[in-house]
Amino acid sequence: MYKITRKAFLTPSVCLMEVEAPRIAASAKPGQFLIVRSNETAERIPLTICDWDRNAGTVTIVTQIVGASSRIICNKGVGESFSDVAGPLGNPSDFCSLPDEQLKGRKYLMIGGGVGTAPVYPQVKYLQEHGAHCDVIIGARNSSLLIFADEMKSIAGRLFLCTDDGSVGEKGVVTAVAERLIGEGEKYDAAVSIGPMIMMKFCALTLKKYNIPLTVSLNSIMVDGTGMCGACRVSVGGKTRFACSEGPEFDGYEVDFDEAMRRQKLYRNEELAADERCRARLGEDKQ
Amino acid sequence: MRNKIPRVPAREQNAKIRARNFDEVCYGYNVEEAQAEASRCLQCKNPGCMTQCPVHIDIPAFISKVEEGNFSEAARIISIDSSLPAICGRVCPQETQCEGSCLLGKKGESVSIGKLERFVADYAHDHQIRFLEKKPSKGKSVAVVGSGPSSLACAADLARAGYDVTIFEALNRPGGVLEYGIPEFRLPKDSVVSYEIDTVKSLGVKIITDVLIGRTITVDELLDKQGFSAVYIGSGAGLPKFMGIPGENLNGVFSANEFLTRNNLMKAYDSAYDTPIFHGHKTAVVGGGNVAMDSARTALRLGSEVTVVYRRSQAELPARAEEVHHAMDEGVIFKMLANPIEIEGDESGKVTKLKCIRMELGEPDASGRRKPVPIPDSEFEIDVDCVIMALGTSPNNLIATTTKGLETDKHGCLVADESGMTTRPGVFAGGDAVTGAATVILAMGAGRKAAAAIDGYLSPKDGPSVK
Repeated sequence: MYKITRKAFLTPSVCLMEVEAPRIAASAKPGQFLIVRSNETAERIPLTICDWDRNAGTVTIVTQIVGASSRIICNKGVGESFSDVAGPLGNPSDFCSLPDEQLKGRKYLMIGGGVGTAPVYPQVKYLQEHGAHCDVIIGARNSSLLIFADEMKSIAGRLFLCTDDGSVGEKGVVTAVAERLIGEGEKYDAAVSIGPMIMMKFCALTLKKYNIPLTVSLNSIMVDGTGMCGACRVSVGGKTRFACSEGPEFDGYEVDFDEAMRRQKLYRNEELAADERCRARLGEDKQ
Repeated sequence: MRNKIPRVPAREQNAKIRARNFDEVCYGYNVEEAQAEASRCLQCKNPGCMTQCPVHIDIPAFISKVEEGNFSEAARIISIDSSLPAICGRVCPQETQCEGSCLLGKKGESVSIGKLERFVADYAHDHQIRFLEKKPSKGKSVAVVGSGPSSLACAADLARAGYDVTIFEALNRPGGVLEYGIPEFRLPKDSVVSYEIDTVKSLGVKIITDVLIGRTITVDELLDKQGFSAVYIGSGAGLPKFMGIPGENLNGVFSANEFLTRNNLMKAYDSAYDTPIFHGHKTAVVGGGNVAMDSARTALRLGSEVTVVYRRSQAELPARAEEVHHAMDEGVIFKMLANPIEIEGDESGKVTKLKCIRMELGEPDASGRRKPVPIPDSEFEIDVDCVIMALGTSPNNLIATTTKGLETDKHGCLVADESGMTTRPGVFAGGDAVTGAATVILAMGAGRKAAAAIDGYLSPKDGPSVK
């Protein structure tokens, strides 16, 4: 079970994998995530579902190496298996419950940041297939972290790339591109932003000015991912919500991003130490 | 006249030493101790112990076999009614059930039924004795949701009755609360939980992990597309409660579920495992139930100083007396008649203090216990860097919201009749998913009842094949 059938490094630190998980492939919808446990001693790691093939029974995950557990995931090769892949978890994107008549002609602004671009992909695919129109902005620190540009180009209405250093696309941040498009007279019915917390926070601050409903997807710390532990709790509209079972998508204007960012750092020291040990185990040099 | 010796105590790990390890606290009886304790049983004609046991084990019969030294026969007698005796012998609240109605206990000390059950189960394990008789196949399949005690009991009975049973478990290991909730020092995972789950599997029950019913597959799909004739929902009560006080989302505040899951299921206490756990220097555990005791004793073993904060007095602690005494012996501090009102943190959002108010007991409330009332202007603070909320859990609404025709009550519990039948034909439920958080053995009792009801529903003409 959970055999890796395809593996490709999209950038030196971002890895795409297709994994055999027929039950998840059969029921996955845009917006949902899954949990991977690499081996018997590994953590349970939440990852967004980037794509699926219902016939082949595979799901596509995209992992950025940020610590020990993601390093172990990306270190697995084709033909090897994960101990566990559980899902799909969380709620599908709200637009999945809209009838096609309502989706037809709706205009979406879809913003992906870094590895957060991967979960935007199935949403764009779904929306375009159901008659909506998506302008997509992909942002990254530099060209080596920018992923999914080609894949997105083939399905999106228009695609805009930007990097902090200008190494590919426009030089600047996603919010600047969004403001330019709106300034040029584009009217969006809704926006989705998925990426680093800080990017989603600034998307909220920017798009609020134009009254465009904004959905964000939170990648909080989780253990079970089924609503049992509450590690992922986040303040939304002043109320505590569980990102795993009540999210992962929430109204971007209601999320307390500062608290969410602080909570993400809870295990920072443990994570750094674990990654040191992991690299030593894998015989890798310090990056 | 029966042997008038005092109750034989079970040997335990020294409190100071065990407060620093995760090995089992209680060693249990050896053969001599078990036979001596068994010789105290009065062999009552109308045994109250048996009536009070939620799964109605023939307690006097198995105890008389222990006294005779026929441990294998004792194990067979227990196996008729329980598939999880090594677990129940360890975690059942015997003092309020079987032992609570033991005639000897009226004047002195009751027979140590729990420790005897554990002895028999451990003996059977050590000698690889398993009782796997089952009826011929009925050619019908039943799906069981969740793999906690209620599901395991239901699945075992159904398998023995000849049904093809598949359990779906959301987590990476089966066992439910036995695996993620109850710590190793009270319930060893490999030697006890996994072994007894293997017994259930040996009856032919299939267990599929990583499947969250309601997301991966729905109950409707199990019935309509996957060929199951009935479904048992034993999904438990996994949703943790918080107090709703300021500061609860600060870094260092955890639900008992998270703290225990990291440590038990994910084995954070073992350096060979990758899952991190935050353990403070000074931890406050809020609550007074068994889960609060488990959290406190776990935090203690991870190296923290631990204070249990409980709003009533010691007499009202809902935890088993044995657990409270163990916690006290190990050095857990108890602050009774105190209720948290706020958690304070530093600039970086880390917990620094737990602000509480002193309480006094007023008139009895709906639960019959005296209601704690705050004493005005009695606020005080405890220095802590970790707060664990052990306030109870409620059922997750995922299955109810994704299954047609399944009703819940105002607490989010599934509505089911005495036999476990829900408002949807063919769908049965029991355990914490129906009652809200309760005990392992009550969940098992509900699972057994539902197994009998499912048998009646699927094979009405055959007569009962589930005892």
